[in-house]
Amino acid sequence: MFSYCTDPETLSGLTWLSCYLTTGKHMALYGSVFTVLLLLAITAPVALGFGFGGAMAARSNFAPLSWLGKAYIAIVRGVPDIAFFLFFVIALDQGLEWLTHQAVCPDWPDAIRQGNDFVVCPEAKLPSGRAPQYVHEAYGFSLAVLTFAIVFGAFAANTIFGAMRAVPRAQMETAEAYGMTRRQAFWRVMVPQMWVFALPGLSNLWMVLIKATPLLFLLGVEDIVYWARELGTSKTSRFSDYPHPDWRMWYFLALLVFYLGFTKVSEVVLDRVMKRLTKGQATAAGEAQRKAAA
Amino acid sequence: MSCFETIQAYGLRSLGYGERLLPRSDFTLCEQFTLIGSGMIWNVYFGTFALIIGFFFAVALAVGKNSDARILRKASEWFIFLFRGSPLFIQFFFAYFTFVSLKGVTSFFDPFSSAWLGALVVLFCNTAAYTGEIFYGALLSIPKGDLEAADAYGLAGWTRFKRVTFPTMMRLAWPAYTNEAIFLFHATTLVFFSGFPAFKQQGDALYYANYFADKTFNPFVPYPILAGYFILLTLVVIGLFGVANQRLNRHLPRAARKGLRLRMNLIR
Repeated sequence: MFSYCTDPETLSGLTWLSCYLTTGKHMALYGSVFTVLLLLAITAPVALGFGFGGAMAARSNFAPLSWLGKAYIAIVRGVPDIAFFLFFVIALDQGLEWLTHQAVCPDWPDAIRQGNDFVVCPEAKLPSGRAPQYVHEAYGFSLAVLTFAIVFGAFAANTIFGAMRAVPRAQMETAEAYGMTRRQAFWRVMVPQMWVFALPGLSNLWMVLIKATPLLFLLGVEDIVYWARELGTSKTSRFSDYPHPDWRMWYFLALLVFYLGFTKVSEVVLDRVMKRLTKGQATAAGEAQRKAAA
Repeated sequence: MSCFETIQAYGLRSLGYGERLLPRSDFTLCEQFTLIGSGMIWNVYFGTFALIIGFFFAVALAVGKNSDARILRKASEWFIFLFRGSPLFIQFFFAYFTFVSLKGVTSFFDPFSSAWLGALVVLFCNTAAYTGEIFYGALLSIPKGDLEAADAYGLAGWTRFKRVTFPTMMRLAWPAYTNEAIFLFHATTLVFFSGFPAFKQQGDALYYANYFADKTFNPFVPYPILAGYFILLTLVVIGLFGVANQRLNRHLPRAARKGLRLRMNLIR
């Protein structure tokens, strides 16, 4: 990185450290922070969409759809989320390959599940074997995003479902009195009002989502945990220009501090958003704000 | 091998008894049920002990956070922030590599680098922090009248804490604490995926479920089995905590007694 880094063996102290912390692999580590942020930026809205869909399904009048929505909300309660992560990554992969297999080569003579193997025709392999490296990485990352969205969508669905029920009944009755149809009442009266009730749950969910991002490592994405392990292991002078003993402890300390800072910042920001949204609302918090100002 | 023989061979495999080699091919349903069930021993062990020891520390943390002494208050606040603000997964990694480094300094830390103690320490601190925050919230919402009544009876200091503050705090915190207990049991599945090695393939339920899913390349059998076990465990936890909840609320008039709310928050 710096011009004086050409011969690391002559360096010592801070200059050594400045060179060490700017090696190509360390740059990959800093880059993987963006992987985490990208995951959060994509997953949050997608999970919110899943959650909204789940909540709408759960309160549907059509019984099978309502069961489906409720089952979606309920499955995450009793089972550890990490089990879902490990499950969905393989299940989604196999599901997608099975679908493309049915579409691309319907005349394939062999069974797909042969004992312990899952074999589809070569054209249906996802991503195809000749694809460049970045396609494989993008595919893995999208599977991870989808998995996160499914699991956290169920959490969000529960919150939104609760928030929809928290909207005062009188509001819906008023909407009916005005002659609105069920659909109109839902979109014009319930949805705009439910966000205040959903926000505490959703901001809690955001915190949990931040704290779940290291699990990307288990889904096979090269994220910060992967790089911290990789860079921290002891290096001898034979394999590295910057030999050092086992420093994994320090790398994970740095990650710990990173996540603590991240949650703290989110906490402050979400607090402000909440203050902003409750302003003028007919809730206890809104009333307290009004009194404090007066 | 009949199913009964499989249970004999693998029932206590996670503790190191029975057959040494894990099944390698032609996995039967019985083998999967037995091994994953055997792994549950570790989940129950971690959860139960962390919960029991963590409970006492959590009470101390809650009282500390509410204390007038600045140093006690700050110390509790920081402990709670540290463990609630960072991912458990990273805590496991950090603790494991710290224990491994300390092992080189003194042999006192030898047992800490194996899962049965090291992971237990992390889970203990983690659940103590979350529970401490719950108890602190409950401590703040004790009705003023209760404390005034205690004063009127001439109760003070330790007696007041023991007779009035503590029972009321427990009663108010219990539903949230139940939720925390459930999540703690779920969190135990992270242990063997976060640095702590599964010594001689003695792992927890998720470790074996993952083993089968990797070997058979079929996630649709082992993970639902695991899910089934965990739903059973969750029901047992809810049952036990429900009994405790009844006992905590036994002095209230029947109409005011609230059952444990079963529609819990899904996240802590």
